[in-house]
Amino acid sequence: MAAVKFTLNGKPQTVDVVPQMPLLWVLRDTLGMTGTKFGCGMQLCGACTVHINGQPTRSCGMPISSVAGKNVTTIEGLSPDGTSHPVQRAWIEVDVPQCGYCQSGQIMTAAALVGKSNDPTDADIDEAMRGNLCRCGTYQSIRRAVKLAAQYKAKGGAA
Amino acid sequence: MTVVNRRGFLKAGAGAAGGLLVSYVIPEHNLLLADTAGVAKLNTYVHIGADDTVTFTITKSEMGQGPLTALPQILADELDCDWKKIQTEIPSPEPVYGMMGTYGSLSVRTTYNSLRQAGAGAREMLVQAAAQKWGVDKSQCRTENGAVINTSTNARLTYGSLADAAAKLPAPTNVTLKDPKQFKLIGTSVKRMDTAAKASGRAMFGIDAKVDGMLYAVLARCPVFGGKVASFDATKTKAVPGVKQVVQISNGVAVLADNTWTAMEGRKALQIQWDEGPNAAQTSAKIRQTFMDLMPKPGAPARKIGEAEKAIADAPKKVEAVYEAPYLSHSPMEPMNCTAHVRADGCDVWVATQIQTGAQQTAAQITKLPPDKIKVHTMFLGGGFGRRGGSDFVTEAVEISKAAGVPVKLTWSREDDMQHDLYRPSSYVKFAGGIDADGNLVAFTGRVASQPFAGINNGVDRNAVDGIANLGYGASIPNILVDNHPTETGIPCTFWRSVGYSHNTFFTESFIDELAHAAGKDPVDFRRTLLAKNPRMLGVLNLAVEKSGYGKPLPAGHFHGVGVVDNIGSFNAQVAEVSVTNGKLKVHKVTCAIDCGVVINPAIVEQQVQSGIVFGLGPVLRQAITIDRGRVMQANFNNYDPLRIDEMPVVEVHIVPSTANPGGVGEATTPNISPAVANAIFKATGKRIRHLPIRQQDLV
Repeated sequence: MAAVKFTLNGKPQTVDVVPQMPLLWVLRDTLGMTGTKFGCGMQLCGACTVHINGQPTRSCGMPISSVAGKNVTTIEGLSPDGTSHPVQRAWIEVDVPQCGYCQSGQIMTAAALVGKSNDPTDADIDEAMRGNLCRCGTYQSIRRAVKLAAQYKAKGGAA
Repeated sequence: MTVVNRRGFLKAGAGAAGGLLVSYVIPEHNLLLADTAGVAKLNTYVHIGADDTVTFTITKSEMGQGPLTALPQILADELDCDWKKIQTEIPSPEPVYGMMGTYGSLSVRTTYNSLRQAGAGAREMLVQAAAQKWGVDKSQCRTENGAVINTSTNARLTYGSLADAAAKLPAPTNVTLKDPKQFKLIGTSVKRMDTAAKASGRAMFGIDAKVDGMLYAVLARCPVFGGKVASFDATKTKAVPGVKQVVQISNGVAVLADNTWTAMEGRKALQIQWDEGPNAAQTSAKIRQTFMDLMPKPGAPARKIGEAEKAIADAPKKVEAVYEAPYLSHSPMEPMNCTAHVRADGCDVWVATQIQTGAQQTAAQITKLPPDKIKVHTMFLGGGFGRRGGSDFVTEAVEISKAAGVPVKLTWSREDDMQHDLYRPSSYVKFAGGIDADGNLVAFTGRVASQPFAGINNGVDRNAVDGIANLGYGASIPNILVDNHPTETGIPCTFWRSVGYSHNTFFTESFIDELAHAAGKDPVDFRRTLLAKNPRMLGVLNLAVEKSGYGKPLPAGHFHGVGVVDNIGSFNAQVAEVSVTNGKLKVHKVTCAIDCGVVINPAIVEQQVQSGIVFGLGPVLRQAITIDRGRVMQANFNNYDPLRIDEMPVVEVHIVPSTANPGGVGEATTPNISPAVANAIFKATGKRIRHLPIRQQDLV
């Protein structure tokens, strides 16, 4: 066990766990933040995506020791009220989720894309999002919502 | 407008905390009960509180298919309440709910009439209460958005302010339902109730359950189906920091720890000797050979009309073909899990389940507690697709909690989920067809060998022959013989989205294309002739053909294929546009026309059409579960890779306007995407696909 310090959703966080323990399980089990989902444990499905220093990252394969000193943003910290980030607004407007289980990861990946691209094409979206599986098949809605989110951002929402 | 007049179909009174409580019957619940004696006939309720909230119980699970939105739409439309005041509750199972579960694409079609009657009945009572308050005849009252309005004075009373008075009135024995032209919510794309929770990460799925004092568990199971623990040594596991307990249960050895990851680490350190049991040498190849060996022998007849074998022998043209499809895993994004807290006086289960009654009965059997002491908390389901109709994960969690004496959250890894699924059975089918001199299909035979999983009647496994025995073209074929060899394989199987249709429609719709080709006819024209007596199926075929531009010029190298199906009370046709370039298949577009009767929420129908197509496309392109040495060879999404966004075709959905009773939607479109794609590939390459998934040699 060793104390690891990092910034979680803008606030300082210290955890005292085994250094190899993946960030995913620290979030879900140690800190009780269940918005980030377990899907495959092998960085194949994207359900566990969070941002580390702004980069979309699979938390299931990220030992907590590697997170020391870094900025971690989870779905819980994407917007102050949980629904007002341009991507979340677009997701709600398009009604993207079906079962919804993969959607935290989809939204975190999309937020990173929208953060760096003002006018993503279908090809840009496919490239950025192909690591995020959805068994309900919301892909067509995701393409629409990412484009809408980019418009919301252009009109002044933070992303 | 429809008047319903049946004594006792509604019951009314005050709720425990005041307000108006109207109980009504969902007939499905009673139909599914083995023993209806002593069961109250009124089994679902809507409550209107003094604060205007409308709460109603939903006995359906939300796994993405939308009942938390669509069912309230039906009720709220007849009730004329304020949509924003609707709240839903999924109760723990009680005898009045009968078999509480979500399957068969039944949620809307079995509740539509009852929900309308309940909404209209509650509205009637609120109007009566307002009329009494104002001292006017109820004909002077109308309702709007959760209030009764006096048409002479424009005075307005909200439903909440009338609820207590309405609760003292007798329930109406007849109610007037709206003319569909008056619908305000039914038929509109109301936003889903669950989106904000799912976009914010706040939605609580089964895997997110948390109970004070709980431990996190994983279970080591025998990799071979039917195997058992012979002996085990947990010394190294117990030495892993954070591991709290190791307990043996009926299905393996459980490791309990203070977090899931530590439990997984502890499991790696277990040393277990397995008794692999009778299936240790089973393979997919052996199962296939068993099926092949059965093909010369007649099976149990599932459908027999005329003299099909003789008619084929006598026909000027005869076509024969063998089709096959593999086992498939459900692999919902949320792996199986269950949280259980067994105590001496009761048991709580938090679970993403499609079968609450099954979860309750399972826990009751293990704990030896009466069912009313088992409380089932239904969580959001991170996908179901039939998998969560099983209660195997409930059995495990309850056994672990009982053995360990603490609340336990059992989580399956992805590997556990893929290798210990209850699978879509593999299937092997031999078809023959006879075509007369004018190119008409005069006889059809199909022999099906497959693993049964839900009972056999008169030698036939209904699920194995669904979509073949009751082929949508059947009314136009004078001679039909379909028979079945239900064949045990030792592989656990269950319902998988669209069940028998999931493979049988691939078989039949591909074979119909073969027959059309042999008859020298266009596949669409050939189907139209066969569908002369099936107007709704013909209707969707014609609409999909028209909207897709079938038969008109396509971009160079693009080809169209067609697949049609009638299942779950609905009808849909798909035209797939594909290209095959240097051995690489691309599905560019799918045009789907669906007739699912009255539509509650067109946007949700459209979602489900897309969803069913995506679910069916993965097994066309590459997904298959194979067996070797009695175990599953695939383990994670690297070797059982579902469709990804860059492979998503444009899906265009056309809904046929209809006044027919609602049909199902969730499973409608999975069956016929595979033949639509395969038939388009045939046009592109001249190669007939008779095996799923498509192999590289099929494309060159």
